[in-house]
Amino acid sequence: MELNSLTILQLGEKLRGGELTSVALTQACLERIAVTNDKVNSFITVCADEALAAAAEADALLAAGDGGPLTGIPIALKDIFNTRDLLTTCGSKILANYIPPYDATVVAKLRAQGAVIVGKLNMDEFAMGSSNENSAAGPVRNPWNLERIPGGSSGGSAAALAAGQVSLTLGTDTGGSIRQPASHCGVVGLKPTYGRVSRYGVVAYASSLDQVGPLARNVEDCATLLGAVAGYDPLDSTSVDTPVPDYLATLKDGIKGKKIGLPKEYFIAGLDADVKKAIDAAIEIYKQLGAEIVEVSLPHTDYAVACYYLIATAEASSNLARYDGVRYGVRKDEGEGLIGMYQQTRAAGFGDEVKRRIMLGTYALSSGYYDAYYLKAQKVRTLIRQDFLTAFEQVDLLLTPVAPTPAFKIGEKADDPLQMYLSDIFTIPLNLAGLCGMSIPCGMSGEGLPIGLQLFGKPFAEAEILQAAWAFENATDFGGTLAPL
Amino acid sequence: MKITQQDVEHVARLARLTLEPQELEMMTGQMDAILGYVDKLNELDTEGIEPTAHAVPMSNAFRADEKKSSIGIERALQNAPERDGSCYKVPKVIE
Repeated sequence: MELNSLTILQLGEKLRGGELTSVALTQACLERIAVTNDKVNSFITVCADEALAAAAEADALLAAGDGGPLTGIPIALKDIFNTRDLLTTCGSKILANYIPPYDATVVAKLRAQGAVIVGKLNMDEFAMGSSNENSAAGPVRNPWNLERIPGGSSGGSAAALAAGQVSLTLGTDTGGSIRQPASHCGVVGLKPTYGRVSRYGVVAYASSLDQVGPLARNVEDCATLLGAVAGYDPLDSTSVDTPVPDYLATLKDGIKGKKIGLPKEYFIAGLDADVKKAIDAAIEIYKQLGAEIVEVSLPHTDYAVACYYLIATAEASSNLARYDGVRYGVRKDEGEGLIGMYQQTRAAGFGDEVKRRIMLGTYALSSGYYDAYYLKAQKVRTLIRQDFLTAFEQVDLLLTPVAPTPAFKIGEKADDPLQMYLSDIFTIPLNLAGLCGMSIPCGMSGEGLPIGLQLFGKPFAEAEILQAAWAFENATDFGGTLAPL
Repeated sequence: MKITQQDVEHVARLARLTLEPQELEMMTGQMDAILGYVDKLNELDTEGIEPTAHAVPMSNAFRADEKKSSIGIERALQNAPERDGSCYKVPKVIE
């Protein structure tokens, strides 16, 4: 039985039907991780004992006829989520020894619903990166081609799915960190509307942009996981108190009569030929499914990367001030007083990209430069958000590529931060606007690398983008398969 | 040049980072390139545009000031690099 490629709906039926136990399923995941992780490097920590204990508890619930769609299902989490008594490094040397004293709200929700946490996934350090090359635990490799990047920063979360290690993962998306790796690894990933999912206990990078979201190998699983973690949390004052709809109830309603906008600024020269071909074919499929396709404009798209790298770095410089070697993490002290200890701890604990972003952000916020950089970027952010709101007066959804090219080679952009930043051109605007979006597989390149298409929705319209994603998935054969490892 | 090595050293002090000479040189070049790129925002006239701090319009979230349980001293201090009783211990601040 190929347990590793089944959907959680199929697995859930077997678990509830008594055909399969969670312990056996969890064992199968742990074995798959053991034989594939040296190639992919998607896991930083595997917690086999804790997972098997949780699986046994889930089996007891299932035997009693209790439990929901996640009961007994193995899941893995980006190493950015605080997990009580389980190492949480955030891909950084500075947190190499950090054992959280509490669970993030999303982790607590998953445990309460009987999900089995099997481990913590590799990521770019502090979620800063587009290639998963910036991890203290080493780069993650794309399961479809081990010489290629899996995308970032939730690279481990996407690669673990493509490698068949687990069927569900959780990631975070600040400028595309769920959607871009999902696209490069041929899986489904959703970035919810800002405020939809609690961030309590999630290591902060850029607080006005960060959002938690699900990754899966198919749209239905992705919808199930979103429903399980979404909702207001009194412990996160930026979470929004609006009801969570039943995403599965409307998933298969189709998209007949829906208006899908194509923002012309996303169909530019420089778009890879294979990506363009796959997106054009996807547009045809949506037409056949009864959607109306119209061209729209998001005129400030070209300014999004510049805007993002001021706002995100400014917020990061503030958020990462907490890593000072006082309350947790790895301290380095060469006897030069308190300030010396701070400096030595931070110089030894942070990687190059994190230092670069702290420096840029500190500069953008520093005396004399605040108005020219940070305030200017916040005003441009208003224009970018207004672009989307104007477009959504005309259409229900937007459709775009996720990334200008399929996954690039490991090392290809490592020495040129600006080129790396520009690879996020199609994902960053959505975070600035605070809207929801997702990536679903829509083809393979000539070199056998996955290509994703991106759907954007109005604020809190996750149900609508999931519906459009399911309609496409149901009409095509893309995605859902494991990479040949 | 948008930024000099002296500027970068100053920012590093503000950020509580020490940079090796080689790091300092590389950081100066990279920050200069990135700041040159973000200058393109100045192509846009933002006169009269309100800044956006949060994409979802929100005002302060208040809650009742009620006593609740907390994780306790042992849990709070379990990751302390150095402690002294129920306190975090740091290098001497005042001579």
